[in-house]
Amino acid sequence: MTDDRMGGLDVEAIRRDFPILERRVGEHPLVYLDSAATSHKPNQVIDAEADFYRLHNANAHRGIHMLGEEATQAYEGGRATVARFLGAPEPETIVFTRGVTESLNLVAFGWGRTHLREGDEILLSDMEHHSNIVPWQMTAAATGATLRYIPLTDDGLLDLSQLGSLLTERTKIVSVTGMSNALGTITPLRQLADAAHAVGAMIAVDAAQLAPHSPIDVVALDVDLLGFTGHKMLGPTASGGLYGRREVLESMEPMLGGGEMIHEVFHDHSTYKSAPFTFEAGTMPIAQQVGLAAAIDYLESLGMANVRAHEEEITGYALDRLLDAGATVFGPKDASIRGGAVSFWFKDVHPHDLATILNEEGVAIRAGHHCAQLVMRRYGVPATARASFYVYNTRAEVDALVDALDRAQAIFS
Amino acid sequence: MALDDIYKEVILDHYKSPRNKRELPGAELQCHANNPLCGDEITVFAHVEGGSIAEVTFQGAGCSISQSSASMMTEAVTGSSIEDARSLATGFRGMMAGEVEPDEETFGDLVALKGVVQYPIRIKCAVLAWDVLQDALDGAGEASGAQAHTV
Repeated sequence: MTDDRMGGLDVEAIRRDFPILERRVGEHPLVYLDSAATSHKPNQVIDAEADFYRLHNANAHRGIHMLGEEATQAYEGGRATVARFLGAPEPETIVFTRGVTESLNLVAFGWGRTHLREGDEILLSDMEHHSNIVPWQMTAAATGATLRYIPLTDDGLLDLSQLGSLLTERTKIVSVTGMSNALGTITPLRQLADAAHAVGAMIAVDAAQLAPHSPIDVVALDVDLLGFTGHKMLGPTASGGLYGRREVLESMEPMLGGGEMIHEVFHDHSTYKSAPFTFEAGTMPIAQQVGLAAAIDYLESLGMANVRAHEEEITGYALDRLLDAGATVFGPKDASIRGGAVSFWFKDVHPHDLATILNEEGVAIRAGHHCAQLVMRRYGVPATARASFYVYNTRAEVDALVDALDRAQAIFS
Repeated sequence: MALDDIYKEVILDHYKSPRNKRELPGAELQCHANNPLCGDEITVFAHVEGGSIAEVTFQGAGCSISQSSASMMTEAVTGSSIEDARSLATGFRGMMAGEVEPDEETFGDLVALKGVVQYPIRIKCAVLAWDVLQDALDGAGEASGAQAHTV
């Protein structure tokens, strides 16, 4: 089959590592095209998490015993793995969080509430996930800062023509996605970082979609903060983190107080540990972060450049087939400037109906607003259908998606 | 086949040719709600006379299940007393919870929506219009319908 190698990945071999892909939906094989919501996990990750519980389980940074030492080493080893994966200069620039939602809340709270005041501006974009909007709204309400948004072009790109008036000396932080979950668009992060720094603003990045699909080098991109989510990149749920430049992390307040984030506790005050530990109060999802490190090892064994090449190839194929079938695609039509989350509307079949009908054929897609209501409003739709791809998806699965569209058409014609 | 249970002809007919889909100028009762899961939205307008629903219409956008349910609902409750409309709404919810066997005479076309029970995530779509109607009727006890949230 021509699917065997795509963009340098041996997809059939990869599929054998993912036991869930053997599931069937009724009489049909499962065709899972919802990895932008959450990816599946290979045996290597499932085993790493299970082995942590079977062999090494203890609380990290606490136990003065063998298991405690092993748990701490596994957890901190994971921090070093994440740092290497993101091109971060040292493990201490990585804060473990439960995913990008927590990472962005930490930035909006821990940095925003101490650095922003009335008259300051926060620059977001119209393609942000709600997790990169709502925390900033809360911070704006608490500090008196103002939110501004970079608009979108009809093609689903950031419209940077007005950037000069949106990004001014009043702007204190730009917080943008690296890859849109609703449109697939890859944003020009280095250009935005340079523009932000030119006016003295910081830049934070929501890399929930970018990190699973593309090589990232936080130093080359020159971003100040970057949050990512483990469960979208083959890792366990509740794994993830926040990269921050050391000086930036040191200027932030913790969002949660509690165990393990303190130096000393007195009746009336406490002193805190330094970053990243000051941001990791309470018992963290240790086994999950260990699983995340295994996920990163897995992705690195594939090679992130190959992962990206596969995505570009399958996304290009899906765009061609969907457009040929008569679907309206939201977002860029050129696979080289976008990721594998393809939002579309098929004829006049509502996305919800489409998802139900496709499920009957074994095809799992997402239907809804994808936590990006500003995007839906911009393009005048209440919802879209979204097929999204990852390392285990094949051209044959894109074909199954397109074939299943025929059934929807037959029902609604 | 399972899909035939949900996409019945009568449902598709109400979806493609919705009944009473228009604004109702001067409606005493008007309520709006959306389904945050998918963005479906429904506004129900009702004109009440002497304790009965003289006229009921809806506006909205969404999937075939939410919109056909709204269309069928307007047909089912037009001319009924507020009390009967409430009890139909309760019965409809019961059907969607799989707890009430629908009576064809009372439910009419609405019986067609019974198949949605097999698709738990879609039940919210079917119930949306009824939620809005109930909110609207909750305002009917007040002289001005003041409890109804206007759009």
